[in-house]
Amino acid sequence: MIFDWQFAWDTLPKLMAALKVTVAATVLGMAVALALGLALALARRSRLQWLSWSTAGFIEFVRSTPLLVQIYFLFYILPGLGIELSAFATGVVALGLHYAAYCSEVYRAGFDGIPRGQWEAASALNLSRYHTIGRIIIPQAIPPVVPALGNYLVAMFKDTPMLSAITVLELLQTGKVVGAETFRYLEPLTLVGALFLVLSLISAAGIRGLERRLQKWVAQ
Amino acid sequence: MNAINNFGPPLLGGLAVTIGITLAAAVLAVVAALGGGLARLSYYRVVRWTAAVYVEVFRGTSTLVQLFWFYFVLPFFGINLSALAAGILVLGLNTGAYGAEVVRGAIVAVPRGQYDAAAALNMSRLQTLYRIVLPQAALAMLPPAGNLMIELLKNSALVSLITITELTFTAQLLRSETLRSAEIFAVVLLFYFLVALCITGAFRLAEGKLKKSAPG
Repeated sequence: MIFDWQFAWDTLPKLMAALKVTVAATVLGMAVALALGLALALARRSRLQWLSWSTAGFIEFVRSTPLLVQIYFLFYILPGLGIELSAFATGVVALGLHYAAYCSEVYRAGFDGIPRGQWEAASALNLSRYHTIGRIIIPQAIPPVVPALGNYLVAMFKDTPMLSAITVLELLQTGKVVGAETFRYLEPLTLVGALFLVLSLISAAGIRGLERRLQKWVAQ
Repeated sequence: MNAINNFGPPLLGGLAVTIGITLAAAVLAVVAALGGGLARLSYYRVVRWTAAVYVEVFRGTSTLVQLFWFYFVLPFFGINLSALAAGILVLGLNTGAYGAEVVRGAIVAVPRGQYDAAAALNMSRLQTLYRIVLPQAALAMLPPAGNLMIELLKNSALVSLITITELTFTAQLLRSETLRSAEIFAVVLLFYFLVALCITGAFRLAEGKLKKSAPG
């Protein structure tokens, strides 16, 4: 069978529309992951041992179990808890939660990279713990780990097709629907793959560029 | 606890399939990773580029997209893979692409002097690779390989979407029969977590052994 360029061209507008859903899920999911990940990283460092241990357990559990099963879990559980979310919103929460666990480890590496002296200096200046973390530690800990966080953004982007399992019409699901309607899977699914490849290669290049800039900036 | 008693046993069959698929894909992944990683360091440009394309394509596209492509598109080229074969092939090649970068990184990290010493001892290129470079690189490869193995286990849940009756698919079947979603998926998550713990443990053990046997 030969690749039908005309058919591929005709399919493209539908896929581009679906790409918006995919990108929206990625951006919103990443926003959740960044915020929740920071909260998890701080809870992990808490001086309350029960909080620190239970957070560590939670992070380990989320990182060791499949995102797809987590998506199903939330999708079937949340309505029973009285939380009525659309499939898309559930997907965003699941993506955010899963990657929050990964991001929290990245933040943790950032915190660990701060020299002890910074904490000591803050306490010598009589800053509260809240101020020390908010004004001294976080502003220094986050910039160096931005590229690592960027890598997870790309990884999350590539995981969004899993939302198709809970009926979200994102890029892959749209490609599949076109294939099922026309009995031609070759063009739509190949285009879906190509779109993912192009976008993740561009983002990866962007992250490398950012990394170089950061290195220069840190060196100054 | 009740959930485990009720839904544990019917899920065990699916768990066995999940473990089987993960192991089969892992074997393929090791071969692909070593082949891909060495090929990226080849003398020949064609070999290097082919390996680079393999790595970039599998790392740059979504695993689920690859799975559907192998399952739905390959038949158009006259290649009819069973769901199981497509699943194992994609999981193996996907993990292998990430592994190839690990292999390449570990080999590049072996100090230059080791190659010079091997050359001074009149070792052939192949001997240098097997006797000098790979044994040293293996230690550096193990921790990232353990992480990839867990990623592989997690990705194996995706093959439920091409109708393979592994753990996640079994859970879906059970759910449609009993409608006890929360308990079933809680047990499934627990099962995956336990397998992941076993993988982590096994790799720690292997790392400890390898470290002991390493000279110096």
